[in-house]
Amino acid sequence: MKAFSQLLDDLYFTNSTLAKETILSHYLKTAPDPDRGWALAAIAGTLSFDLFKRNLTKTLMMERMDPFLFDLSRHYVGEMSETIALSWPQSSDAVRLNRLPDLHEVINEFQNRDKAGIRAYLILLLDNMTPAERWALLKLGTRGLRIGISARTVKRTLANMKGVDIGVIEELWHGLTPPYLDLFAWIDGRADMPDISKVLTYAPVMLAHPFDVEKDLERINPATHQAEWKWDGIRVQVAGLDGDAKIFSRTGDDISQSFPDLVEAINFNAVLDGELLVRPNEKIGSFNDLQQRLGRKKPSKKLMTEYPAHLIAYDILSREGDNLRTLTLENRRTHLNRFIQAQDPTRFSLSKILNFQTFHDLKDLREEAAQTGGLIEGLMIKDKSSVYVAGRPKHAWYKWKRDPFLLDAVLMYAQRGTGKRSSYYSDYTFGLWGIDPKTKEEALLPIGKAYFGFTDEELKQIDKWIRSHKLARFGPVQEVTKELVFEVAFDSAQESKRHKSGYALRFPRIHRIRWDKPAHEADKIEALARLVGQ
Amino acid sequence: MVSNIPRKESARFAGKIVLCPPAQINDRWSRRFADPLPTVASGWMQIRARARQKRAEMALIVSDHADWGDLIRTCEETEASEVWITHGRVDALEYALHQKGIKAKALNLIGMDEEVGE
Repeated sequence: MKAFSQLLDDLYFTNSTLAKETILSHYLKTAPDPDRGWALAAIAGTLSFDLFKRNLTKTLMMERMDPFLFDLSRHYVGEMSETIALSWPQSSDAVRLNRLPDLHEVINEFQNRDKAGIRAYLILLLDNMTPAERWALLKLGTRGLRIGISARTVKRTLANMKGVDIGVIEELWHGLTPPYLDLFAWIDGRADMPDISKVLTYAPVMLAHPFDVEKDLERINPATHQAEWKWDGIRVQVAGLDGDAKIFSRTGDDISQSFPDLVEAINFNAVLDGELLVRPNEKIGSFNDLQQRLGRKKPSKKLMTEYPAHLIAYDILSREGDNLRTLTLENRRTHLNRFIQAQDPTRFSLSKILNFQTFHDLKDLREEAAQTGGLIEGLMIKDKSSVYVAGRPKHAWYKWKRDPFLLDAVLMYAQRGTGKRSSYYSDYTFGLWGIDPKTKEEALLPIGKAYFGFTDEELKQIDKWIRSHKLARFGPVQEVTKELVFEVAFDSAQESKRHKSGYALRFPRIHRIRWDKPAHEADKIEALARLVGQ
Repeated sequence: MVSNIPRKESARFAGKIVLCPPAQINDRWSRRFADPLPTVASGWMQIRARARQKRAEMALIVSDHADWGDLIRTCEETEASEVWITHGRVDALEYALHQKGIKAKALNLIGMDEEVGE
């Protein structure tokens, strides 16, 4: 437990990802099993159970500290676990431990005790710990660990420890469970790579390159390529094996819980690649519609009837245990056609293959996509001879998105970035002219925030401009004089009650800095409404 | 002035301690150091999120303010019949002293507002 707490502290107080990797890798090399596996699970967020309830920690604290002072302290510190870690008063009859138990001992104890036992054990540990150790325990126990290390970094660390490509770890990852004894046995060279062929798991997906008209056009030809719509849903991998079924997001998160209606329809042994959307009123819905369902752990019956989940399938990766990835897209498509025909059409449909002969046809199709109000993002153009590989192979799949929407917005607030950019103002909030709902007067209403789209040189220029145009400061947020105009690009907009302007933008980025344009000539909210067809 | 030192001499400060006011730690001038270890010394550094906010990689918990426990004990030891509080977390101290049966009152002095952050 001591080593785990030290690890969390070291990771927490390190800013660079590379240094975090070194720290984590050193720990995983030196800590014993099964402690290191549990630590890995805690950091990667793969623990599937709480050791104790958050409410228990609060109850214990309320028995020990004046509630009014505790509340003040909590507001001061900002969150509960750390407040408890810092202010935990020693019990008057505290039992002294000669040494803190190891991480796996702590986990075992909590798992094997009843309610009263858990309570007593938690008190015993807290009494014997430093504030940093208490913090580690409370965060571990309630699965609230946020130490600024991404799942990707964790996987890269493991890959580097074994000297393999990160893709190898990605493929294994979702088939393994804490405390990862088989994984570490393999990394140590004591065992073969874990066999996950009998586990229903996510495999990394194939990605597309943006289509560059000038460079890529000559490679495209109706005989060798096929075009499909690029729907604006979420990319998913749907997997069924012997009655078990799962839906994984592009990043490998298991999102089956949110879509039980689709899971129920997966009664096959196959892995499909496709776009998850919803079908309100038996028509494919927009991304806004889909958002009703995203992230819902337990969608209500009503929600599922109104927004039933649907998969537009564009690829099949395996069927009845046969790996189809090594077939060409054309062959896989034949398998897919046959396969989808046998499925419930309200849940599964085929991604249509679009006819084109010339480049003009493709352009027209793309223009057609642009007229769908965001429903279709553009075109996918795929080489029919391509095999299915993880990652982004060259010249295999292209995505050709419709042009982004553009608006001239005025910089209102700036915030410092993180990491390398922490000394620059690199997060910008910008607004359009409109009628403020409160004052009923014309004012700039914030419509979004962007922190990319500009070059390093432009970043320096904007940073300098901000430093000489400061107004008020709200915590980390710096207000500036409303003079600088950005041409902002975005993929779509949706109505939002949370924003004063009534809209939220998707993927906003700085397209151009309009040093020349006076702020009063920037766009109005109505222009946004027109663009997105509302 | 640090800003007068040529950029190519960034290694000149290797192994040295450079002191600066807290607000300046991540500002432009600090970009010229090759591999700095941003360190913040303050009682606030007990609180992780505060240390992260300042992007401190080393949080030195040092303060010239009294600890809560000592503050309360001192109030008791003086046996003062009434304590006037000039600044700090006035509401907390006022409350805690009342709990101890000591009369306490916030003065709300101008210019001595609670300083959030430092």
